[in-house]
Amino acid sequence: MERIPVLRMGSLLLITIQVDMHDKLALQLQDDVTERISEWGSTGVLIDISSLEIVDSFIGRMLANIAGMSRVLGAETVVVGMQPAVAITLVELGMSLTGVRTALSVEAGMELLYGNAFFGSENERTEA
Amino acid sequence: MSVQKREVLPVKTSNDVVLARQKVRQLAVELRFSLVDQTKLVTAASELARNALDHGKGGSMTVETLVNGSRSGLRMIFEDQGPGIPNIEDALKDGFTTGSGMGLGLGGSKRLVNEFSIESEVGKGTRITAVRWK
Repeated sequence: MERIPVLRMGSLLLITIQVDMHDKLALQLQDDVTERISEWGSTGVLIDISSLEIVDSFIGRMLANIAGMSRVLGAETVVVGMQPAVAITLVELGMSLTGVRTALSVEAGMELLYGNAFFGSENERTEA
Repeated sequence: MSVQKREVLPVKTSNDVVLARQKVRQLAVELRFSLVDQTKLVTAASELARNALDHGKGGSMTVETLVNGSRSGLRMIFEDQGPGIPNIEDALKDGFTTGSGMGLGLGGSKRLVNEFSIESEVGKGTRITAVRWK
């Protein structure tokens, strides 16, 4: 069965959505993410949507659902990589993904989730 | 105004919604719509196809490329033989939903196109027409 892979990266889960979403795939993904969080004790979920050409209210709702479910299980979700045209359309559609944290890239998303601890303190960074 | 090309696709399953989106994308690219306009058209198509599927119990999408003088445009017509919409004004309000969705489909789609109309008869079905001009 077609499935969106959920990768483990330390205490994070990384999900890259590259296929055209449909109902079954979305529900399967919600199941997989929540199961992996509880199995691996993940504290963060990164969802990369840079390959998505559109986000409609169905996908928007799925992203919000995953963020909500993950939060209840103790993991923060960051949606990363939204294309500019998608952002324009999404807001005009009436959906601003309230309650879902976003970042421009996977790296920026990781920084949000790990805070500075992961990338070293501010001082170390200025020295480098 | 003349219709250059017309295609009819079924909207009976969740996968048909994906195919409807792909067809609208293909025609929007052929008409050389900008990327933002393509995205708006495909998103509107997705919302309306899902609406026909979830609320209209499935139907069809007719997509037409239009030429009006020097302007070109894309028209999408979604038809279903579902229960119909008793109050169209309510259905267009953001947040109004009879299903499990967010109620953004109709009002949201209307904002993504230039022309939008709903014809509906309770017990007979619904026809939604949306046009975006280049």
